[in-house]
Amino acid sequence: MEVQEGHGLAAIIRRHGRRPDALLPILHEIQETHGHIPADLVAPLAVALGLSRAEVHGVVSYYSHFRQAPPGRHVVRVCCAEACQAVGAEALAEHAQRRSGDLTIEPVYCLGLCAVGPAVQVDETHLHARMTPEKLDALLARLERAS
Amino acid sequence: MTTTLYVPGDAAALALGADAVAAAIDREARRRGSEVRIVRNGSRGLFWLEPLVEVATSSGRIAYGPVAAEDVPALFAAGLIDGGDHRLRLGPIERLPYLARQRRIVTHRVGIVDPGSLGDYLAHGGGRGLEHARRLRPAEIVEAVTDSGLRGRGGAAFPAGIKWRTVLDAAATPKYVVCNADEGDSGTYSDRMLMEGDPFGLIEGMAIAGLAVGATRGYLYVRSEYPHAIARLEAAVAAAAPWLREQSVDFAIEVRKGAGSYVCGEETAMLESIEGRRGQVRAKPPLPAVAGLFGRPTVINNVITLASVPAILAEGAAGCRDHGVGRSRGTLPFQLAGNIRYGGLVEVPFGLSLRQLLDDFGGGSRSGRPLRAVQVGGPLGAYLPASQFDTALDYEAFAAIGATLGHGGIVAFDDSVDMARQARYAFAFCAAESCGKCTPCRIGSVRGVEVMDRLRAGDSSQIELLRSLCDTMRHGSLCAMGSMTPNPVLSALDHFPEDFA
Repeated sequence: MEVQEGHGLAAIIRRHGRRPDALLPILHEIQETHGHIPADLVAPLAVALGLSRAEVHGVVSYYSHFRQAPPGRHVVRVCCAEACQAVGAEALAEHAQRRSGDLTIEPVYCLGLCAVGPAVQVDETHLHARMTPEKLDALLARLERAS
Repeated sequence: MTTTLYVPGDAAALALGADAVAAAIDREARRRGSEVRIVRNGSRGLFWLEPLVEVATSSGRIAYGPVAAEDVPALFAAGLIDGGDHRLRLGPIERLPYLARQRRIVTHRVGIVDPGSLGDYLAHGGGRGLEHARRLRPAEIVEAVTDSGLRGRGGAAFPAGIKWRTVLDAAATPKYVVCNADEGDSGTYSDRMLMEGDPFGLIEGMAIAGLAVGATRGYLYVRSEYPHAIARLEAAVAAAAPWLREQSVDFAIEVRKGAGSYVCGEETAMLESIEGRRGQVRAKPPLPAVAGLFGRPTVINNVITLASVPAILAEGAAGCRDHGVGRSRGTLPFQLAGNIRYGGLVEVPFGLSLRQLLDDFGGGSRSGRPLRAVQVGGPLGAYLPASQFDTALDYEAFAAIGATLGHGGIVAFDDSVDMARQARYAFAFCAAESCGKCTPCRIGSVRGVEVMDRLRAGDSSQIELLRSLCDTMRHGSLCAMGSMTPNPVLSALDHFPEDFA
């Protein structure tokens, strides 16, 4: 069965190869393109790689990095691992969760910024160190305005 | 004349505003008509001084920090280009006591070289290990690594040479080299710093491992939480490919991005993930050295382990073997983290005491309150009370007190910490990250959270149940995730019983 052209899946698979071990790189590229893994891609992806739908769904749902639904306009991840806990990350995360709006705010377990915590990551590549509730409020307000 | 300025591109420096500082320097230099070249180096690892700007002068590299973008015009006015005086001037970087008291071997190029330049790597002594290895037979390379006494720096501390020997002696082909760059332990960032600051050193180490065991393909598995390291590595792998070919070294590396699973740092779960499956651990035996990636003999080593190899080949095994104590040979890049005043990378020989690291380097807590507990070795490591701070930093000395050095991460907590809450967190983390394959870990972690909740609500009869549960997890789990989660729990209970009352 040919892979449907929907969502540019065929081109992504061509780039990585029709091998089961290409599944994670393919899922990463789908998510980079769409912001999440659209449910209707699971079946054609399974066919293309010679896997069952259960196997592909199992991988998508196992890894916390892969999203099954679109995130908000910006993704703000607050590190809640021990090194950041030691400098107030739990209170910071609780503070962040009180905000509403069109941002996805979620915990992350270690960004490798353990000497300059609490650490926050925005949209994968923007990093912030020694975060305080006040600085976080300003950051979130800026993100809400910008989008 | 063009002046070279260094503004770290390390993720922690970026988190503190290094990009804005680099942009401000570029802007100010243009305005003044000064010719400058800005190198985005790795970090020296003195994080309370980041962004730390260095300027190359006739009397060496002069450091300024912590620099904010707003400081840049005044710095130029003070003669930054010539190393001029300013309140942020720290002097010659190498003479800062924090650096001068270290023995940097594996991280010796981090913060110094341009990580985007293979030429700079080679100009700073890179490549000599591989050049030497090419003239040796595989067994001789393995022997050099064995002689050095190098043990796996990921946490398990298994002798690297013995692992390599097993793969070399295995008959099946093809063979693989896998670099474990899934540095998920909180409090650790030395792998990240090395990948961002000296990526070619890691690539050279992997290529030497390939020559040693007869592998022509390597995988570098990096966690998705490290996008900057991934970008650095992908660029370095592309730049290194023609260099390896020129030397007739048949070795190709593929960078694989993880997807947010802590347990994928366990070597067999990592293999499953590379093969495209859920990151569930495999039962051992067979060892990955015998039947690893795609069922073939596979060397799996941590970033720091592999990056330690080029110097061993270039300088000889003694360079590693002659440092350290007992069976812990060489140096370890420790990472000071959490509530600590001078957090950063401290590469020293094994044998210093934990207290020396916390006081002499760390300068006590960041909050100014007394340090109460220190977790060494990541989420699966024990919490140590002040009475154990004199323990020597040595794998065996830590094992003797029921603790682990792990990957060298040291997370400090002041006296505001609630140790029962930390014990509950250890179970909750295990419950969230358990791969689900074995029952003691999958179910035990969930029961552990419940037991801790009842205990913290005042039911002290739960302590016996807590110990029994930890016993089951420790002895019945398939991998370290379940079997070592009792370490933080029981050390918290044993050393800080007042928090469990």
